[in-house]
Amino acid sequence: MTAATAATAATSGGLAERVARVRELGIVVALVVLFGVTGAVNPAFLSPSGLRDILLNSAVIATLAVGQTLVVVTRNVDLSVSSVVGISAFGGALVLADHPGVPIPLVVAGCVLLGAACGVVNGLLVGVARVPALVATLGTLYAVRGVDHAWAGGRQVNAADLPPGFLRLGSADVLGVPLPVLVALTVLLAAGWALRNLPQGRELYAIGSSPEAAVLAGIPVRRRVVSAFTACGALAGLAGVMWAARFGTVDATVATGKELDVIAAVVVGGVAIFGGSGTVYGAALGALLLSGITSALAVLRVDALAQTAVNGALILAAIMLDRLLALRVARALRRRRLRDAR
Amino acid sequence: MLALREVSKSFGAVRALREVSLDLAPGEAHALAGENGAGKSTLVKILSGVHRPDGGTLLLDGAPVEFHGPADAQAAGVAVIYQEPTLFPDLSVAENIFMGRHPRRSFGRVDRRAMRTRALDLFARLGVPLDPARPARGLSIADQQLVEIAKALSRDARVLVMDEPTAALSGPEVARLFGVARSLRDQGCAVLFVSHRLDEMFALCRRVTTLRDGAVVATDLLADLTPDDLVRRMVGRDLAALFPKQPAAPGEVALKVERLTREGVFTDVSFEVRAGEIAALAGLVGAGRSEVARAVFGVDRRDAGSVHVGGRRLRGGSPTEAMAAGVALVPEDRRQQGLVMDLSIERNIGLTNLRWGLLSRAAERARAADWAIRLQVKYAGLTDAVTVLSGGNQQKVVLAKWLARRPRVLIVDEPTRGIDVGTKAEVHRLLSELAAEGLAVLMISSELPEVLGMADRVLVMHEGRLVADLPRAEASEERVVAAATGRPA
Amino acid sequence: MRADRWETLVVALLAAATVAASFGVDGFANGSNVAFLLLDVTEIALMALTMTLVVVAAEIDLSVASTLGLCCAVLGRLWTAGLPIETIMPICLVTGALAGALNGLLVTRLGLPSLAVTIGTFALYRGLAYVVLGDQAVADLPPAYTSLATQAIGPIPLMTLLVAVLAVAAGILLHATGLGRAITALGANEEAAYFAGIRVRRIKFWLFVASGAMAGLASLVFTFRYASARADNGVGLELAVVAAVLLGGVSIFGGRGTLAGVVAAVLLLAVVRNALILADVANEVLNVVTGVLLVASVLAPNLKVRLERKPVQ
Repeated sequence: MTAATAATAATSGGLAERVARVRELGIVVALVVLFGVTGAVNPAFLSPSGLRDILLNSAVIATLAVGQTLVVVTRNVDLSVSSVVGISAFGGALVLADHPGVPIPLVVAGCVLLGAACGVVNGLLVGVARVPALVATLGTLYAVRGVDHAWAGGRQVNAADLPPGFLRLGSADVLGVPLPVLVALTVLLAAGWALRNLPQGRELYAIGSSPEAAVLAGIPVRRRVVSAFTACGALAGLAGVMWAARFGTVDATVATGKELDVIAAVVVGGVAIFGGSGTVYGAALGALLLSGITSALAVLRVDALAQTAVNGALILAAIMLDRLLALRVARALRRRRLRDAR
Repeated sequence: MLALREVSKSFGAVRALREVSLDLAPGEAHALAGENGAGKSTLVKILSGVHRPDGGTLLLDGAPVEFHGPADAQAAGVAVIYQEPTLFPDLSVAENIFMGRHPRRSFGRVDRRAMRTRALDLFARLGVPLDPARPARGLSIADQQLVEIAKALSRDARVLVMDEPTAALSGPEVARLFGVARSLRDQGCAVLFVSHRLDEMFALCRRVTTLRDGAVVATDLLADLTPDDLVRRMVGRDLAALFPKQPAAPGEVALKVERLTREGVFTDVSFEVRAGEIAALAGLVGAGRSEVARAVFGVDRRDAGSVHVGGRRLRGGSPTEAMAAGVALVPEDRRQQGLVMDLSIERNIGLTNLRWGLLSRAAERARAADWAIRLQVKYAGLTDAVTVLSGGNQQKVVLAKWLARRPRVLIVDEPTRGIDVGTKAEVHRLLSELAAEGLAVLMISSELPEVLGMADRVLVMHEGRLVADLPRAEASEERVVAAATGRPA
Repeated sequence: MRADRWETLVVALLAAATVAASFGVDGFANGSNVAFLLLDVTEIALMALTMTLVVVAAEIDLSVASTLGLCCAVLGRLWTAGLPIETIMPICLVTGALAGALNGLLVTRLGLPSLAVTIGTFALYRGLAYVVLGDQAVADLPPAYTSLATQAIGPIPLMTLLVAVLAVAAGILLHATGLGRAITALGANEEAAYFAGIRVRRIKFWLFVASGAMAGLASLVFTFRYASARADNGVGLELAVVAAVLLGGVSIFGGRGTLAGVVAAVLLLAVVRNALILADVANEVLNVVTGVLLVASVLAPNLKVRLERKPVQ
């Protein structure tokens, strides 16, 4: 390679990063088209309250998608998030309903810790006991949900039972932005920064890209995997609080089946399901796109039932796009190698 | 500097190392010789902290140390270049070099600029034109190996361990690597060099320790040894001539390749191989030799050209079709492409003979036993997983699996790579016998002595083109090297 | 190695659970309860058979329950449109096979990971089911078939015989034929299998088709058994199927597993569920048992290996 091409490579950043940017740009374009078309048909969709609803709807899934991304880049997956959301939402609501005196921040912290504890269990099973993540978290998906049901014993907590201060957390505005959205945004930026800038974050990508090489490079693989699952669990705990505060009505079935929605958001967001690449921003955009479509279909008066099908088609489109991009990159690299050789 | 004292290591019932002692001195390059399965890789993995010894001690500057993992060994200044590159395909080349010990800025942030400049420095030292920002995915094996070397250099190691680093490298790259290794040695670094290539050991090292069956046979000054002495130490007996190809009268054209092209990989390759003939495909790594073999066998598609086997034209793109026509391919990567490591010996051998309908286990076993005996595979039971075999025996299983089909054209890609000297001679004898029986053999090899010793004809490739077709009488080392490097002879 | 030992353990657990339930739980060991128990797992068992093959080939099909839903919706829709049921049933099987074929095409032709593909089609097929049938329930199905689906010979339901026949066929296919050997090999090392001339993509494609067609068959059983065709039939069954397959000792990484183990695991889960329900334990609490068993299926052999390694040192 000549000095000139080295310089262009330096200014343009790594090829991998450029691809990630193209990928995220794709979702942004899809979002713009979605909002443009839907807004043109029904301007109410773009009204402040319409947008507010979409953001609120995507806050929980986006938070979960950020956590899931941390796990997926390490070539693992956490299917149990939905059950963790469920038990955290129900547990938090139950404590507040039965003991109105307990300070709300303490309950929030408790829910996050409960989630983190579930995450530690997953992390130990996967990282230390070497149970494949799909198996381990499918197991905890069942187990945690079962504990949730045993705890609830059929009971349901209603909004009327909850302190108004708590319910306000789900809808209050700070500087014109709904609080849950702000929380999700903070989580997103923090995770995004850490994954890009901290060595520990880079090491998560390394583990997902090649677990064997990660061991040889001296990366504490077990500790990192446990941390990723713990963070994912903690965020699921947080998402549980957000769920309870937003909807107020909570029983043991909360968020059942949401794990596949979260993974869908992550996949649509361009995070490779076999680890090593993808960003939390992409995953969050994926979550936004999926809930945007839900709202848009409602506004467009498309049968709400068809929405699942649209989501499915979107996931397929996203992974096909990823494949296409990967092939093009491979071709570009092949050309570059030939050029280098000369 | 770093020393092993009576180190032992067992895996289950297998004693991989028995009371091995080894001293690495600063400023000295030390060679480690031994057949495959002699324990060299285990020793390397103990030095790198991957395995922990069952007995004995490691001494660092005279004091006992314990490595609880690769991180400990690295902290102690041990850098290892593994036989098989261990890169992160999704990450940039620069990040690959510094993973696990990124240069940092404030708030513990990764310092990307420093990473890039230091990577460029390292590549300049190695004289390789790699872009640190490109992802490692898609690098050739040689380039991957160079990144590994840069990684080891970046550690400012006190002990540099190289486990067959040259297997995938071409001549100039080996020379550059040795240049770097010598300068490190002269700066006071201890170097341990593991290789199957004796000439390289003699070129680089001062002393050699020979392992056989997990135990040290001797440690000698290389200046006092001849290559034959060293081989005798490794195998414990005298070897017959290494390359015993018997002349055979070539028969009809068995494989005819015309103007074969795969865009960006190789162009316009034409050659013939006759029954009873061994044709060697020589050239530098990356010249497109394996790719030609893959296209002939149909693993990869071809963009233009034709392949005829025994007069029948292959449509291409289908190994099944090539197999039906009588082609067999013993691939380059034994563990990944040649064998299903989890399956037993008999099932691996049976894999090329699957039919619709019910299987007869007895027939499968009989077939496997026949070939395992004919090739002298050393095994405890045919139902053992092939993982437990040594590299040489694994290669024999791959050969058995293909020979059991009674092919008319056998393509072997680096048939003796990473195989000990004894087995190597057996493989050579076998190929020679098979050719005498009327098989057409196309052999890809990066080892020039092997090519010159075995081949009736030498085909040389350079940058995706076939540049020479030399009969045995005309194939000299000079002419092959000249053609392979693109110089006029 | 892991597979063999674990299967024996699952069979032992099944025996132990059956004995314990027979003595400890009132009403477990009578004919009608056994028939109910067996009938209740028909769909899971059917789909687990093909799922076993798919997972041994190192792929996964998370869309089976949605495919089942889609086939149920097609059945309901065509029945209300007045088609004869004998015409509808093959159409359902074909619908399932086509759904599987789409999965197979995406995985084998475009080289996409089956986990991601079938999460996509999991949503797509369920959505299509709603598009086809909406949220109505079609219940006026022909009694000849609904009673056939629940008929039993003694304590053995007819549908269980169907499962048994198909299980034996699948077992022979996987363990005693060249195709089965090829499936195992390509699951363990796809590249080596391809280099050995095994038609990897073709085999995988047809495995997905088989998985889809089996979901179609399961949709018929499901619909007739409950005498109700709805778009949300079988929601969540995919996880139960995958859980049974993994519990049966099939490696999620492919290349290892036996059908006997999977059948034992399906029955084990059924016995435990049934016994807990009879013992008045809430159905959902069973989830804990499923989850723990699932984790144990991998954890126990891992721990055992570790314990066995200790004394050598």
